Amino acid sequence: MEEFEPKIIAFLCNWCSYAGADLAGTSRIQYAPNVRVIRVMCSGRVDPTFVIKALRAGADGVLIGGCHFGDCHYIEGNYKTARRVALLKKLLGQLGIEEERVWLEWISAAEGSHFAQVINDITAKVKELGPFARQNNS
Amino acid sequence: MVKLKLALYWAATCGGCDVAVLDTNEKILDIVNIADIVFWPIAMDFKRHHVEAMEDKSIDVCLFNGAVRNSELEDMAKLLRAKSKTMVAFGSCACFGGIPSLANLTNRSEIFERAYVEAPSNVNPERVFPKTKTAVSEGELELPEFYDTVLALGQVVPVEYFVPGCPPPVDLILKVVDALATNQLPPPGATIAAEKTLCDECPRKKEEKRITKIYRPHEIIPDPERCLLEQGIICMGPATRGGCGARCIEANMPCRGCFGPPAGVYDQGAKMLSALASIYDVKDEKEIARMVEEIIDPAGTFYRFGMSTSLLQRKRM
Repeated sequence: MEEFEPKIIAFLCNWCSYAGADLAGTSRIQYAPNVRVIRVMCSGRVDPTFVIKALRAGADGVLIGGCHFGDCHYIEGNYKTARRVALLKKLLGQLGIEEERVWLEWISAAEGSHFAQVINDITAKVKELGPFARQNNS
Repeated sequence: MVKLKLALYWAATCGGCDVAVLDTNEKILDIVNIADIVFWPIAMDFKRHHVEAMEDKSIDVCLFNGAVRNSELEDMAKLLRAKSKTMVAFGSCACFGGIPSLANLTNRSEIFERAYVEAPSNVNPERVFPKTKTAVSEGELELPEFYDTVLALGQVVPVEYFVPGCPPPVDLILKVVDALATNQLPPPGATIAAEKTLCDECPRKKEEKRITKIYRPHEIIPDPERCLLEQGIICMGPATRGGCGARCIEANMPCRGCFGPPAGVYDQGAKMLSALASIYDVKDEKEIARMVEEIIDPAGTFYRFGMSTSLLQRKRM
């Protein structure tokens, strides 16, 4: 049997994490090819609906990348994200979805290698969890 | 004028929607003036075989309340769909799954275990559970099949109109009746309520929303003038369709979300979660953990009336 290759959707903020991903690229750092990046202006723009929709639409894991605390371009968008993701994980837990399918990481524009590391980590973790089985009764 | 033929049916429901129709008081006479009721199990003695005998599309309007939770209800939904020109999902259960859809946080075997074994009033050492077919000396007995997943009406048959509410308020029911009488129904697919959120029509004073503690309704006597969310009470207003007349708000109780998501929103629970986490003004990780703890049952609170039509629909099995 072929090895399971998870699909990871990454919502990256324009100012830090997306630039961090860019740096990983320009620095030629190798990382797992399982990630599909969606750029958003701020991690605070990531509506919990996006995460749920991604899982429903075929993602096995979701990463939200934002600026470190204190660095948010919009002052406090990332604090909102931190609260939303914490609460979302509790909600998803009630719905039988493993906590490790949704990741929140702070990646600055200077942290290309950290970005690559996060992608490798989430890919390995989600691989371990296996495919996200969706319900098909509607 | 030829009278309309009207059918009312209840599926997985408490009966409150049928009572709401009677709550129209003397206006019920207006309903009977424009419509002959051809099927209404709670109030009139018609049986399923009477409906089966009707010609297809011979019922003008069917007001269907309740969710679909077993095979009998699914059959009835399909039968009434075939016989009706217009199908109306009447009430939150038919529209979104309603309270019964909270059962989607569990499954059939867990429910049976609780209802027939664990419940303190049971003595069932032989673990007898309902079966779809049971052989007895007189022949075979049949029961409907109980589903793992509670479905909204629109997930079983096509539906023309949605009238939300737990139960739908009387003025909304009369609006539907008026529209039927004057043949001025909106285009099919419409939800007969407001487009915007409840907050849009809420009469309370709204200032800056920043909270640092959540109160459950029994822990606080809220100021009747001020926004309930600003007082730390989870009010579903920001993620709930308006049109209810803010009945709960008027009674100093928070909105629980029975009108479902407003137009353009896919997932009421995710939106409410987003709104609540935004206004909870803490930055420290420990305090964020406290917030998560204070919101005791996010799934049950944010999807109280709409687990069936939420994006994830149920707990994973």
